[in-house]
Amino acid sequence: MDPVLAVEDLTVTLTRPDGPVPVLERLSFSVEAGRTVALVGESGCGKSMTALAIMGLLPEGFARTDGRIRLAGEDIAAAQPSRLRALRGSALSMIFQEPMTALNPVYTVGDQIAEALRLHQRLGRRAALERALAMLRAVQIPAAERRLHAYPHELSGGMRQRVMIAMALACRPKLLIADEPTTALDVTVQAQVFDLLKALQDEMGTAIVLITHDLGAVADIADTVAVLYAGRCIEQGDTRSVMRAPQHPYTRGLMGCTPHLRLGAAADAGTGPLREIPGLVPPLGRRPAICAFADRCGRADATCLDNPQPPLAEAGPARAVACWHPEARAA
Amino acid sequence: MTSNAASAPTGADLLQVNDLKVHFPVPGGGRVHAVDGVSFVVRRGASFGIVGESGSGKSTTAQGIMRLVPATAGQVVLRGADILGLRGARLRQARRHIQMVFQDPFASLDPRRCAGDLVAEPLRLLEGLSRRQAAARLDALFAAVGLPSEARSLFPHQFSGGQRQRLCIARALATEPDIIVCDEAVSALDVAIQAQILNLLAKLQAERGLAYIFISHDLGVVQHLCDEVAVMYLGRIVEQAPTRTFFSAPRHPYSWSLISAAVPAGPARDALKARYLVRGEPPSPIDPPAGCRFAGRCPFAVERCRAEDPALLATGPGHYVACHRVGEIEAPDFDRAQAA
Repeated sequence: MDPVLAVEDLTVTLTRPDGPVPVLERLSFSVEAGRTVALVGESGCGKSMTALAIMGLLPEGFARTDGRIRLAGEDIAAAQPSRLRALRGSALSMIFQEPMTALNPVYTVGDQIAEALRLHQRLGRRAALERALAMLRAVQIPAAERRLHAYPHELSGGMRQRVMIAMALACRPKLLIADEPTTALDVTVQAQVFDLLKALQDEMGTAIVLITHDLGAVADIADTVAVLYAGRCIEQGDTRSVMRAPQHPYTRGLMGCTPHLRLGAAADAGTGPLREIPGLVPPLGRRPAICAFADRCGRADATCLDNPQPPLAEAGPARAVACWHPEARAA
Repeated sequence: MTSNAASAPTGADLLQVNDLKVHFPVPGGGRVHAVDGVSFVVRRGASFGIVGESGSGKSTTAQGIMRLVPATAGQVVLRGADILGLRGARLRQARRHIQMVFQDPFASLDPRRCAGDLVAEPLRLLEGLSRRQAAARLDALFAAVGLPSEARSLFPHQFSGGQRQRLCIARALATEPDIIVCDEAVSALDVAIQAQILNLLAKLQAERGLAYIFISHDLGVVQHLCDEVAVMYLGRIVEQAPTRTFFSAPRHPYSWSLISAAVPAGPARDALKARYLVRGEPPSPIDPPAGCRFAGRCPFAVERCRAEDPALLATGPGHYVACHRVGEIEAPDFDRAQAA
């Protein structure tokens, strides 16, 4: 099956007075209809910039300097602004971390959901509001008729995120980009929002790009995962396989530094200090020519310090890793 | 040692919170019962975790203890004195012994002042040290939190998020407090940085015998750091237990729901979620209804739960549960969830 989204060698550069600075470097990943790919990594790894590049919403000074972004075969990176406007909200949609800042406070939620339908599907006001109501029901908002006329501030955080999802999916997009969609929500509400996203995805066949720093969320919802570090993909593959046996020391480090819940009899076992990844992600403009993770890596040796960036190389069935010394495959 | 592998906390009582209430009037009538009768004891050198969702009152409890919001009723006893009743010099004296670290280190540091001044401020205000005397203590404080001493002349925006939180911790440590209240102190940090800060908090506790009140929505973090756990729901503690007891055999249906939501994905989790994860969101804390506050979402509620407010009663050593049906309902099989 052709992927809904295929990002190929995407390169984004920031222009500064003292010269160009690489932001994303030859990033490639794809996702098929009804499937979810997760982009994970720390702040500054390029996750959100990737989302903005796909949406054609790169901030001032940032530009795509190489690579293609194909949405159902069409290279949208090369598309005219008018074409992108037609695609955004219809074929291509996004939900953000903080629904309060992404919703317009002076319009009712019904009008906001209806806006995309009126614009892209040329529905009249009444028909658009009817569809908006159906969407509010689809995202399981109780008393949907009443909530249609509510303003964002009248809703709880979980409800607002459901409204965002209703807006994003109203035109049944082929691709949904979800940027930390549950980070601002309580854990029990998070679980409900993920269940909802999965159910709607099954029904509509939407492809999802999930951007998150939460490995629990990845295990929960993603079919494949791409781990980003300093603007590059350093490991990718099937979620279960990557999480069971991470090959890149950074992926392994990310998994080791999260405290894992120990329940039942296992709660009696003690733990020592958490594994740390020392140091910080190198800031923009200060990425080394060698492996960007080398200065934080316990496995780094002369090979890592004397060679250029390791390429993203095949590492088993549907797995790839960019490391001179990947961890053993068996696990 | 700070993980719950350490023996049960045996330190003497350090801080006692007795029947703390924080109510706010609502414009147009009614009262928000943000904290509605919370009592607990923090032992010297131990970590007391408070978990719960937004609106549970966990942060307001911290703010009430710190007197950042006025308490409606109750006592907070530290070193023999009720700090809710102190004023002036005696309050400043008490504040040396209890300090706080907030979620967002950027919002809690004055952007116009350099790191050295920020860390020296509590020494000057609360201990009355001169600028020179305070400066003499800075090197040790910066070293304790893993910041280079050259960082003293930098401004908050020149630090990364993790370094800013280290700066907030240095500021909290300056007056050598007995206890630090950490309100979602690692929640805004990336996982790799979160691990660094958690390890730092554990190290400082081991070195200095510090106690923590550690407020978090993240059960994994609380299990890692805390000796005791209290679960709050709509202004009340609904379950409290030593950490090991809590995660091996929790007894309140709301605790089951929180844990079910945090179990790693898999078939065992799906089974737990189907039976124990509650739907919807907490009701409004404005004039909460009679009866158990959780009854409206509880899958196991019966008539009595809607009529009668359950008391927090001991069900085992150090284990308290506020539920009429404790022991009547089949508990989740968390051993199976763990094995998966």
